[in-house]
Amino acid sequence: MLLLPYEMDGGFDEMFAPDGRPRASGERFVRRLEALADGNLRERQKSAELNLQNMGITFNVYSHQAGTEKIWPFDLLPRIIDAEEWSMIAKGLEQRIRALNLFVDDVYNDRKIIKDKAVPESLITSSKTLRKQCVGLQPAEGVWCHITGVDLIRDADGQLYVLEDNLRCPSGVSYVLENRELMKRTFAHVFEGMSVEPIEEYPEQLLKTLLDCAPTGVSDPVAVLLTPGVHNSAYFEHSFLAQQMGIELVHGSDLIVKDGFVHMITTRGLQRVDVIYRRIDDDFLDPAHFRADSCLGVKNLMDVYRAGRVSLANAPGTGVADDKAVYAYVPDIIRYYFDEDPILPNVPTFLCDDAKQRQHVLSHLDQLVVKPTNESGGYGILMGPHASADERAECAEAIQKNPRDWIAQPMLNLSTVPTLVGDELKPRHVDLRPFVLCGKDVYVMPGGLTRVALKKGSMVVNSSQGGGSKDTWVLRNGTTVAPKFVSNTQESSSC
Amino acid sequence: MLSRVAETVYWLSRYVERAENIARFIDVNYNLTLGESESLSKQWTPLLETTADQDEFVKRYDSPTRENVLQFLSFDEQNGNSMISCVARARENARTIREVISSVVWEQLNKFHLLVQAAGHSPQTLEQPQAFCEQVRLTSHLLVGAMDATMSHDEAWHFSRLGRMIERGDKTSRLLDVQYYNLLPDGGSVGSSLDVVRWSALLRSASALESYRRLRGKIVPIRVAEFLMLDRKFPRAMHFAAMRARESMRMITGSELNSYCYHSEQLLGRLCSSLDYAVIDDILQDGLHEYIDQFQRQLNTIGQEIHEDFFSVDRLNAPPQASVMT
Repeated sequence: MLLLPYEMDGGFDEMFAPDGRPRASGERFVRRLEALADGNLRERQKSAELNLQNMGITFNVYSHQAGTEKIWPFDLLPRIIDAEEWSMIAKGLEQRIRALNLFVDDVYNDRKIIKDKAVPESLITSSKTLRKQCVGLQPAEGVWCHITGVDLIRDADGQLYVLEDNLRCPSGVSYVLENRELMKRTFAHVFEGMSVEPIEEYPEQLLKTLLDCAPTGVSDPVAVLLTPGVHNSAYFEHSFLAQQMGIELVHGSDLIVKDGFVHMITTRGLQRVDVIYRRIDDDFLDPAHFRADSCLGVKNLMDVYRAGRVSLANAPGTGVADDKAVYAYVPDIIRYYFDEDPILPNVPTFLCDDAKQRQHVLSHLDQLVVKPTNESGGYGILMGPHASADERAECAEAIQKNPRDWIAQPMLNLSTVPTLVGDELKPRHVDLRPFVLCGKDVYVMPGGLTRVALKKGSMVVNSSQGGGSKDTWVLRNGTTVAPKFVSNTQESSSC
Repeated sequence: MLSRVAETVYWLSRYVERAENIARFIDVNYNLTLGESESLSKQWTPLLETTADQDEFVKRYDSPTRENVLQFLSFDEQNGNSMISCVARARENARTIREVISSVVWEQLNKFHLLVQAAGHSPQTLEQPQAFCEQVRLTSHLLVGAMDATMSHDEAWHFSRLGRMIERGDKTSRLLDVQYYNLLPDGGSVGSSLDVVRWSALLRSASALESYRRLRGKIVPIRVAEFLMLDRKFPRAMHFAAMRARESMRMITGSELNSYCYHSEQLLGRLCSSLDYAVIDDILQDGLHEYIDQFQRQLNTIGQEIHEDFFSVDRLNAPPQASVMT
């Protein structure tokens, strides 16, 4: 098929260089595409979509029609990352996750980082996601964030930035695995000889991570996945991961606290549970300690957790490092704990809580993106350049009313990847969410979820708002495969 | 396995079986009323007796016309036991335990749901209900087959079969109970001229006509009753259903043969024993209706006890009963 002319929009394209020639990482793939007959790509795209429908790969959209299932939107053209760049990303992610784990542990225990004035005390005490119930806790292996999904974007200058850290219940990894499966089914021959890093071991690694962090002294730990239920937007992922790991998918009502332990209610009576991969937010985990009106959680779960008789992944309280105002300090946090510069830079961020920065934000609202510090899923964001005068005025008022709740960042021009529109390739903006596991070791899944804004010019990639997704290929470097495991610096003595 | 999952899979199968049996009831009744000239109400009331939902029907419909009864049993979403409700619930159950059932079963249930929904929107469906009833029966068979052929016959599978067999035993007994006296001429005098066509319709509605003919040849009311109640090899007979339920129960509990660990298991064993040694003449002498009534009550109790023994949280404070060798 004829690929050119591919009209770029002046930003950075992941597959083609500004002169219209494919970048080194995409060259081989582009040649394969050119060898395809006209219309072939579209046929394959259709077949992929049919596959999605038959496999029932869906996500729920919260709207006036509660729990409407939508087919997961998928685009056939992969995002390709070369080995060298990936190795830098993986190192950067590992550095970041280790630092954030140390930070969360510090916040709930010694607070050295505050005593040493590396971050202001008010930042922590004013965080809405700080959980007093977690003060003094010391989870197994010192791990608070077992599973993290870090959002990365590339700006027009070609530089990769961390946009946010999702440390609570990051979702999307099941779609990464399904996208790869789908590519193999519908587009098998393009893989041949491409040497793409495999990702299929993720469920195995996830299980290992969970069992690594079981309470000490448990010889054959039992892990379960706790879901809020079938109406949650990520329910498909919950059941997929439980199935892949071969562990029980449980609801809060399937668990009961008795004699100081958590048990599942089975047909043969109670069975003890040692590790809970929970996909329920902190607030709903335990009506006795968090929100009393929650019927999703398990009463007195926190008592068992505090006593060290059950492990929770991720630990409650990690949201404190998810706060977008805390995000602004992550580079300082990395420097404080490791005495190293961050490998992956932050997007420059203005804290509205600081009078000087707030002034700057208010006088440049037409150029900045303003975000609430505690929302996820792309909700509550003001895109300054595209907003009306009224919307900006409303936003300014909100900032002045509660400055701590807002941050602002420059408007970024996300990089693009060719995407199939009709029979043609068009540039569409993408981000990338790699997944990092942290147990006794750190595992970075090669690649991650590439989300794509399907509308021309749009920067909104969230699936809840009409974004799609792509397979992400991390190329191997010739024959050498970078080692995925870096042994933990804090070597634990347990075996 | 998780109690919730066991309960979900148990009810999933009960709902599918229930929907299938409603299709059978409608089918037999439709066949029996063809060419009849009696007032319509008389002919369709027995169906409401069969499903034991008369009270609810009376609340919302003025008279038991054919149209009303068919609508109520097939597509009335407010009737929890209508076909459309049963299939919707079965699908919803499946959706919450997708990790336990095979994808083929899930797909079939999805298609089942879509089929019944589409039929409900089409006015022609109830004018000629036979085609639709046949589709429902076949889809149900397909589902049972898919479960059988694509799922491990493990604890979940046995809970599913336990639910199906309890439901089936109950429904076959209702079918027989309601139609038996309707079909006997002059209130049950034996030996008068028999309407073979109508007895055949009864057997056919339980898919039993061919098996019965091979076994007995001639249609004799007492033998028909015996076949549907006590046959050990015909899969829709009450006795067969109870035996299979007991078999699954034993696979679930791991009890020794002829012993029990749970109350539900004890009651099911007792029911099976009484069927093992039952004789049709005694049953007719004591009253067929009374016998069936008691059978249904026992199944109800067993259903409640299954809930107590395997699904409820309350049982966890009491240790299971010791196995008793007999």
